[in-house]
Amino acid sequence: MSNLLGLEVKKIVETTPEEVDRVQNWINTEEYKEKNFARQALVINPAHACQPLGAQLAAHGFEGTLPFVHGSQGCASYYRSTLNRHFREPAPAVSDAMTEDGAVFGGQNNLHEGLENAVALYKPKMIAVFTSCMPEVIGDDLTAFIKNARQKGFVPKDMPVPYANTPSFNGTHIHGYDSMLVSILQTMTEGKQIEGRCTGKLNLIAGCDFNTGDYREYKRILTEFGIPHTVLADISDSFDSPCDGHYHIYAGGTKLEDAADSINGKATITLGPYATPKTFSFIKDNYSGKHVSMPMPMGIEKTDAFIMKVAELFGKEVPASLKNERGRAVDAITDAHQYIHGKKFAVYGDPDYLLGYVSFLLEMGAHPHHILCSRGSKKLEKELQALLDGSEFGKGCKIYMNKDLWHLRSLLMTDPVDAIIGDSHGKFAARDAKIPLFRFGFPVFDRVNKHRYPIIGYQGAVNMLTEICNKFIDIKDETCEDRDFELMR
Amino acid sequence: MSDKIRKIEGITKESTEALIAETLSAYPEKAKKKRAPHIGANDQGSGSACVKSNKKTVPGVMSARGCAYAGAKGVVWGPIRDMVHVSHGPVGCGWYSWGTRRNMVSGIVGVTSFPMQFTSDFQEKDIVYGGDKKLKTLLEEAHDLFPLAKGISVLSECPVGLIGDDINSVAKTSAKELDLPIIPCNCEGFRGVSQSLGHHISNDTIRDYIIGTREYAEPESPYDIALIGEYNIGGDAWSTKPLLEECGFNVKAVWTGDGELEKIAATHTVKLNVIHCYRSMNYMCKVMEEKFGIPWIELNFFGPTKIKESLRKLAALFDDTIKEKVEAVIAKYDPIMQEIIERYKPRLDGKKVMLLVGGLRPRHTIGAYEDLGMDCIGSGYEFAHTDDYDRTAPEMPDATVVYDDPSEYEFEKFADALKPDLIGSGIKEKYVFQKMGIPFRQMHSWDYSGPYHGYKGFEVFARDVDMAINSPTWKLVQSPF
Repeated sequence: MSNLLGLEVKKIVETTPEEVDRVQNWINTEEYKEKNFARQALVINPAHACQPLGAQLAAHGFEGTLPFVHGSQGCASYYRSTLNRHFREPAPAVSDAMTEDGAVFGGQNNLHEGLENAVALYKPKMIAVFTSCMPEVIGDDLTAFIKNARQKGFVPKDMPVPYANTPSFNGTHIHGYDSMLVSILQTMTEGKQIEGRCTGKLNLIAGCDFNTGDYREYKRILTEFGIPHTVLADISDSFDSPCDGHYHIYAGGTKLEDAADSINGKATITLGPYATPKTFSFIKDNYSGKHVSMPMPMGIEKTDAFIMKVAELFGKEVPASLKNERGRAVDAITDAHQYIHGKKFAVYGDPDYLLGYVSFLLEMGAHPHHILCSRGSKKLEKELQALLDGSEFGKGCKIYMNKDLWHLRSLLMTDPVDAIIGDSHGKFAARDAKIPLFRFGFPVFDRVNKHRYPIIGYQGAVNMLTEICNKFIDIKDETCEDRDFELMR
Repeated sequence: MSDKIRKIEGITKESTEALIAETLSAYPEKAKKKRAPHIGANDQGSGSACVKSNKKTVPGVMSARGCAYAGAKGVVWGPIRDMVHVSHGPVGCGWYSWGTRRNMVSGIVGVTSFPMQFTSDFQEKDIVYGGDKKLKTLLEEAHDLFPLAKGISVLSECPVGLIGDDINSVAKTSAKELDLPIIPCNCEGFRGVSQSLGHHISNDTIRDYIIGTREYAEPESPYDIALIGEYNIGGDAWSTKPLLEECGFNVKAVWTGDGELEKIAATHTVKLNVIHCYRSMNYMCKVMEEKFGIPWIELNFFGPTKIKESLRKLAALFDDTIKEKVEAVIAKYDPIMQEIIERYKPRLDGKKVMLLVGGLRPRHTIGAYEDLGMDCIGSGYEFAHTDDYDRTAPEMPDATVVYDDPSEYEFEKFADALKPDLIGSGIKEKYVFQKMGIPFRQMHSWDYSGPYHGYKGFEVFARDVDMAINSPTWKLVQSPF
């Protein structure tokens, strides 16, 4: 025996080409699909990340804010590099680098030392602390730790240090976004409510949205309306900052005084209901003015609803410019509808995106044939079903909750569609199914500048439609017989 | 190794030490004390490390380091193409490390190769009740759905070790039941100080569970070698393996780039181990040397000078057949390399580069830059040890700054003061420096390019370095108004 554990020594066996062929065909079959869908424990290619990633995104949305990971250092590197790859922008965040001894003694010493160093080196205005697995498993008491840090002078007395418990073994990145955001708003607005004061502003929360173009689009729409506004957790400048020869560690974010004063707003609207339940509940209970939680405005109908709601909240007419914008978008859609009508799609992603894709496809006359969420809920399923039931194009479309992209592959191979809407991770399934993948979700690691093109609002609908229709036309041009290759399409 | 002491104009021991002192002055006392031994001015003549290394990261400073799990999953195990690698624990770790290292694989995805994300996706109840049962079911499911997978690795994430699960016992039982190698790897991210311990733990599990469990079907030959520490980033192994074959060797296994489990398992019968990434795999070379008497040699496949040196060093251990073939290979590629140098050197001569990468490239790539006329004016590692810094000293020009696990603050300060024409580091650093208008190449992933290894790689490397430094886009950074 030449191995340590006394394991049997075997000759290397090459798999025969016949066997490879057999399995390659087998994984595309109905039989395999059934086996695949019978999985109880193994998750393969999930379309969701863990809570702290969303928490970091929310933290980047505030002025001068340093995201701070309480936990192992590798976690911070993973979140940072994911955001770097998607936005192709810096994503500064620190960690307090807990190691084995943290498991024994708890992470307070690391947290304190980390806060002191982070303040000295990176001079933040606010530090947003969130947790990865280790402190969650050993049960670190963040409330006490941070209170002690302030008492011992590791953070300046007046520096806000909101913190959130964001265990990775619960929920997904959208839940971490919610927990961090609500904590930041609680911290910022504490004691800031002034009886009788109204900022006259609309507070807008985009939800766990990784598209900087969307944030700019919201602001543009509200500017068209002439409505003063505060976008909370505004990542647009944080993750789309100028290249001008200087690096600014805190390139953007909601001004802290605006965040504090948001509690005195005229109205607050969240457009990511699935990514902001806790935040919205806090706002409803504490913020002045009106409170609205409504779906991400993807497609014409959902954008109409958003625009009308804003008009209603502020007692304003929809401005002519937005009416025209809607008209131009509809014009673009009617011009292009024939290239998408009747096409079958598989869609997957975070709940708020997913509702948007489905709604958009149905109104274009396309079928969201396979709808898949790798971490969904009964509520989401019901809401998606209601969308399908409301359209003749929803007939025969099916919803798959808590399924992953390996399930999706089985669906694509046994019940084919024309295209997928999702994120970069869908490219393997798309390649096997020989269909295009439209990367409207998160993350996009393999195309440039996608996050700069909004997918919300009328402009977003035009952007999505243009990309989809032109791709179908490209495919026709690239694959048709010579005699069918023509100038006009 | 260069014999002469190289100086860079404007850089002296004093100037470097002043820069270090100024940079450290921003730290609180305790952190300053911790960081100070990790930054130094190179003493080229000494041939030994000028910094301390492999120590805990200082909390809160913004380190580039990853964790033991990253070293295990991303570096050692992930590249083995015909195994299912299970990220055991919550969903995140596996998701973040899914397809992000660029260790290319051949084969048919989901049939004969598995560059996918397999996870037990721990939920609260798994933390409370333990995940061993789930793991057992999951292993059966994986074997069922991927019958051609040659084995399964179980890579522990933080919670697994904290809640006291026994993956080793589950793996043992399941391996027997499924008649399949199932390798438990206790590489929780909180272990050790960096990716490095993950490499070591993984090497140890290969030693315990894999090596010596297979035999090559074909008879042995005196030219059987294994290529160790070659991860096929951007197709590197598809450059180096054919090169070694051209030199007359039978490359029996690659560890672990585009790797095959059974070939790795039979490596104990080769005549020589050729190691590229010393940091992540020296452990196994030493084990095979002690246990099976297999000698090993460190090579450098970056840039024609180092490649030539390496091939001759390798040939010297073999007979005339190999020596002749190696000389023929060198003679074949020399003029091609000369042509590349003539094309790019005039555009790059005298340009300065700063590096911060993992555990090998901050020293191994210096020669390739020098082939192009460039100077390395600062270098450092995320997770190197003293033996790496010893090997770095002679490669770096004298008195240049060496940094171990630098914070982003330090790296920025050094770049600001030294004004390099190019920085080679990772994705987290890339956009920071590009905002500053400094050309940058990701040197972990070859910035979505590659290969950079071997003769084939040098042409790509030279083209990319030129593209980064001489792109007209940098001229647009300064606005005219």
